[in-house]
Amino acid sequence: MRRTRTATTSIGGALSALLFFSGAPTLGFAQDLRDVSGAPAGASACLGCHGAQPTSLPSLANLTAADIDTAMEQFRTGAREATLMNRIAKGFTPDESKAIAAWLGAKK
Amino acid sequence: MKRLDAYPSRRDVMLGGVAAAAAAFAAPALAQAAPQVVVIGGGYAGATCARFLQREGVNVTLVEPNATYVSCPFSNAVLAGLRDMGQQTFTYDAIAAQGVRIARQAATKIDRDAKRVTLADGTTLAYDRLVLAPGIDMNFTALPGYDQAASDILPHAWKAGPQTLLLRQQLEAMADGGTVVISAPANPFRCPPGPYERASLIAWYLKTNKPKSKLIILDAKDSFSKQGLFTAAWKEIYGDMIEWVGLSGGGKVIEVKAAEKIFVTEFGEHRADVGNVIPPQRAGRIAIDAGIADQTGWCPIDPVTFEARAQAGVHVIGDAAVAGGMPKSAFAANAQAKACAQAVALMLRGAQAPEPKLINTCYSLVKPDYGISVAGVYSPAKGLLTDVPGAGGVSPAKAPDTVRAAEASYAEGWYKTITAEVFG
Repeated sequence: MRRTRTATTSIGGALSALLFFSGAPTLGFAQDLRDVSGAPAGASACLGCHGAQPTSLPSLANLTAADIDTAMEQFRTGAREATLMNRIAKGFTPDESKAIAAWLGAKK
Repeated sequence: MKRLDAYPSRRDVMLGGVAAAAAAFAAPALAQAAPQVVVIGGGYAGATCARFLQREGVNVTLVEPNATYVSCPFSNAVLAGLRDMGQQTFTYDAIAAQGVRIARQAATKIDRDAKRVTLADGTTLAYDRLVLAPGIDMNFTALPGYDQAASDILPHAWKAGPQTLLLRQQLEAMADGGTVVISAPANPFRCPPGPYERASLIAWYLKTNKPKSKLIILDAKDSFSKQGLFTAAWKEIYGDMIEWVGLSGGGKVIEVKAAEKIFVTEFGEHRADVGNVIPPQRAGRIAIDAGIADQTGWCPIDPVTFEARAQAGVHVIGDAAVAGGMPKSAFAANAQAKACAQAVALMLRGAQAPEPKLINTCYSLVKPDYGISVAGVYSPAKGLLTDVPGAGGVSPAKAPDTVRAAEASYAEGWYKTITAEVFG
């Protein structure tokens, strides 16, 4: 019973998602909101500071995955100075930050 | 089909924008088949979660009685006259336009067995999964003398809005040479560095407008967030203006006499010209009434799925949750909301939620161009979200003014980015 409903709802979900997405551009919504279901661990949290538009904090929108991965590695080792990113980067392994960089860098 | 027939009629729920309406009317069969998630609470946690769930093709109803959201982050700057409330206030228009239904009512009851939420007007919303993001309520029974009526005289200003303006007006009306008293609660509470940023920015206002005045913090604990940084900066910037009295120095307020603006501690009494009581807090009432919170008043959760320990299928995010090492902050709420949206979207598809990793960053202003921060990275361990060893921590104790100025400007940047993600 439960299993059956899950199966049907997931198909419905996918189709109604398509409807929403196809309506999106004309309505001008959803700036840089990303689909998070496939995000690697930690990645979606980055968007709290690094959005589509740069502020006093940089946007990652125009960076490649390699750029982001290199920056994270340098923050982690201390090769690059930072006020705060060094404290964050140390919480991620090289593999984790590579996956995050791939997801963030793949934007658009 | 039977379940969905009981879904509220469209006139009962304010449909969010053209997109939702078009989807609902143009393809009712598809819309009905999509899973239903109800999100209770439209703050940093709930509004974020609703948006990201909608992106995943979920039919989301966001239950929020207020037409606008007033942000606590940066509201201490309003107290100091450095910002106006307009900069703190956000509408739900963009969220509605995206296709999230907004039910502009309070949730009054959760039927955990029937999976239904009752709203103030009696409408019920059926859900496949429920996300609770009710934030905090002031615990008006925890501190003798401090109830709702007392907060009209001694504002808490710990939910931004009219209380913020009331405290601001009191500070403006105070004569030079007056005494401001802030009572800070024991842990846990919303925004651990908040009382101390507040003391700092009020001191900034006093120093620049009423320099003979004094500020006393009466604290129910012996240590606090970014303590070393705050106390060093206070001495450097404000001299003797700020006096902090910790628990073991007799700082715990055990009663207030609102009419006389008196704070009673175990060691004596302090009379304030302006008094700010930041009282003990607990999860928003709906979580308590539904039995999702435990005896501490907060909601234990699974650190992978954010599901309440008390009830499968009900997820709790933001300040109401027991999130282990994560503080009750807007950054944490927003990060949890995205990880929770991911977990819920996958679970609705019959997939497993992955182990999340979370980040927190909290900036505080000691004065307009002087910022300090604390950060942390968290992952599930022993059933809680736990600090990743070797990561996180606070700004350096010694740093040039340029670093403090940079962190103040990053605080502004964070606020612009996060509020755009949540409400823009």
